[in-house]
Amino acid sequence: MTMLKAAGLSIRFGGVAAVDGVSLAVPEGELCALIGPNGAGKTTLFALLSGFLAPQSGAVEFDGRTVTGMKPHAICALGLARTFQIVQPFAAQSVRENIAVGAHLRLRSRRDALAFADEVARRVGLAGELDKPASALTIAGRKRLELARALATRPKLLLLDEVLAGLNPQEIDAVVPVVRAIRDSGVTVLMIEHVMRAVMSLADRVLVLAGGRLIAEGPPAAIAADPRVVEAYLGQGTAARLARSGGAP
Amino acid sequence: MPDATILAAALVNGATQGAIYALIALGLTLIYGVLHIINFAHGAALMAALYAVLLLFTGLGVDPYVALPIVTAGMFALGYALQRMVIGPASHGRDENILLVTLGVAILLENLALVAFKSDTRTIDTPYAFATVDVGGVLIAVPKLAALGGALAMTAALFWLIERTDLGRAIRAVAKERQGARLCGIDVEHVFALCYGIGLACVGAAACFLLPSYYVNPTVGGGFVLIAFTVVVLGGMGSFVGALVGGFVVGLAESLGGLAGITLGWGENMGQLGIFLVFIAVLLFRPQGLFGARG
Amino acid sequence: MGSRAPATGLGRDLAVVAAIATAILLLPLGTQSGAALHAVILTLLATVLGQGWNILGGFGGQFSFGNALFFGVGAYAAAVLQMRLGINAWIALPLAAAAGAAVGALVGALAFRYGLKGSYFALVTLAFAEVFRILANMLPFTGGGVGLMLPLDTRAAAMQFASRVGYLYLIGAFAVAGFLLHVWLRHSRFGAWLVAIRDNEAAAAALGVDAFRVKLAAIVLCGALTATSGLFYVQYLHYIDPNIAFGPAFSVEALLGPIVGGMGTVFGPLVGAIVLHALSESTRNLVADVPGVSLALYGAVLIVMVRYMPGGIMGLLRRR
Repeated sequence: MTMLKAAGLSIRFGGVAAVDGVSLAVPEGELCALIGPNGAGKTTLFALLSGFLAPQSGAVEFDGRTVTGMKPHAICALGLARTFQIVQPFAAQSVRENIAVGAHLRLRSRRDALAFADEVARRVGLAGELDKPASALTIAGRKRLELARALATRPKLLLLDEVLAGLNPQEIDAVVPVVRAIRDSGVTVLMIEHVMRAVMSLADRVLVLAGGRLIAEGPPAAIAADPRVVEAYLGQGTAARLARSGGAP
Repeated sequence: MPDATILAAALVNGATQGAIYALIALGLTLIYGVLHIINFAHGAALMAALYAVLLLFTGLGVDPYVALPIVTAGMFALGYALQRMVIGPASHGRDENILLVTLGVAILLENLALVAFKSDTRTIDTPYAFATVDVGGVLIAVPKLAALGGALAMTAALFWLIERTDLGRAIRAVAKERQGARLCGIDVEHVFALCYGIGLACVGAAACFLLPSYYVNPTVGGGFVLIAFTVVVLGGMGSFVGALVGGFVVGLAESLGGLAGITLGWGENMGQLGIFLVFIAVLLFRPQGLFGARG
Repeated sequence: MGSRAPATGLGRDLAVVAAIATAILLLPLGTQSGAALHAVILTLLATVLGQGWNILGGFGGQFSFGNALFFGVGAYAAAVLQMRLGINAWIALPLAAAAGAAVGALVGALAFRYGLKGSYFALVTLAFAEVFRILANMLPFTGGGVGLMLPLDTRAAAMQFASRVGYLYLIGAFAVAGFLLHVWLRHSRFGAWLVAIRDNEAAAAALGVDAFRVKLAAIVLCGALTATSGLFYVQYLHYIDPNIAFGPAFSVEALLGPIVGGMGTVFGPLVGAIVLHALSESTRNLVADVPGVSLALYGAVLIVMVRYMPGGIMGLLRRR
């Protein structure tokens, strides 16, 4: 069964087509990566899928329902949660309270939501930081918090926008298994990611966006070898990195 | 239906009032455009300037029009100091704080005036207060004509300052790209304070043109500040042309609305009510203003 | 915030509310002085006014500069219902609260539907208060600029009391209701959503929070609670006119208490009201009763608080 389907999604800002006729399908249970050079329209595509922007044309179908034009909170209530590339913590509140906001989507009781926040924090490795104010977390901690809050809404589909960006290699190695565990728990994942090493080891399938268009899709190894993808990244040295990490994951 | 003379008089009145509104609103829109804050102390500053004009006249016999450079310079200094020493440091980088601090300044100024001058409404008695000129059968009071001319001249001067001088370029740079301007070596805090000072200087000039045909009491600013907000919102926050056009639109709307109210027997309040309803409608439906491009 | 387990925090907050309620109940045993009771009554009135503002401004981050709108609607609803329609004051109480809620819903539906925030929201509330002030001046059933004088009828059945103790208990009950509302906000899903919207509306929306509905509910609660303070004003002082009801004085008082005491805290509005009233009482004793002095002081306090103590007094206590 298809968890997420987009058909001909387009949006223009001024004269520029940020997302141009993108169609995609993510089957239930898959971990799918969305890659592409800077300015390719990846974050804009996420905004269209999660209701933060309304497409000028095209449609989004989530879990068998058309969600085009619905508000973000309503889409989230259906089971589609997203994280932000630039982390958006409720800075004055504790980590536990931050996660509880997400938990409240399914849990009315304050006590239950706070207890569930503890449970989710354990899953993402934040159990030791529950009482800290969110503003006291490191970048890596804030990325985990983004993940935890979204997870606390008990999503069927998680859109992750660069949860690994800004992390050092050790931190990346620590977060990759967390993402894998989320997928293994039955949550479908679509993730924007620049860290190719992680994409290669995590993704079942890779979508490549360039200039607002989907230019390639396939298994990670095939994508790494695809000349169109190499061309899209040309000059950024990513093709070489892809080849390397594809050869020795 | 009122006859043509009354209608013409209402139009002239509206235009003059509109010019004053435009001048006050220019100061407000400059402060908004650069500092991105709404200066809630604007009305209180006008009140303070009106008292300065009053005291200069009654105490030292300085004519309001002669007082123009003194009051304008004084208000500039007050504004510069306020931004530099009070508003800037209290903001902690959050717009909400600036909102509250300017409200605090407004409350403080208005009530200090109440302590100093009691709540009496006061006017000045100039030799030309009741002089009129005949323009095509319509008698126009000289002070009103002076206000119209003066407000337009001040507006032109402000345009020149912003568009043609180095200071104006610095101001525009800060308005557009705060961090970038800072990196280019522009003293942003200084420019903020300059803008706030210029904003209050506009109010000082407005006071000089206003008092000969108006009055002053400690709460006189309150009425003007909401109208100035309306003008600024109507014209688009930060837009000078918008403030100018908006000022005339609101002045005419008030004058004609008042006339319609009296003619229809609803009372003069209709004009004021009309302004606020327009204000709310613009805020809700077109917060970028009629001329603004801001989304 | 947050370092305590939720249950103990709730218990402690409720215990403090119970202690405050007891103190109000027992106060007449300590003093029968009319002046002292009057001072406490006005402080509690300011507390309720501040509580109304705190729901929307402190918890929700939507700063209203025109909360006199709701105060005035409550006051006029109370006066008009009793004087023009002969409705009993106790029945007028829920109706006045409902009127405040309805006006809150109107302003909120318009302002939040069109996404007004920050300065724009402050301006629109101020403008609505002005519109109502002008309307109250114009309309025949409000008595116009002359205002309305509630006839004396000192029976508890008419919500008027021969002794100040009756009024103390009445405003005390409103304040306790306000406290309980705050405790609920602090320990409920609705409150968590409201605070999340204050801190980051986009992030809240991404977590399934319907920001429009939550903010709308907050302004409705704010309107209803603030309207009860307006009703109390009329019952206690027997007079209302457009400038008192919708003028800036109560709008300022409403926001100043929570800012001084601590925005978004359960007891900030009370702490702020006590500090401000103590301050204005002491200046009145020092510099005699010159009009403007205490409000000028309020303006200075507002500036100083924002400059040096943005978290309010409660914020200072918490930091230690």
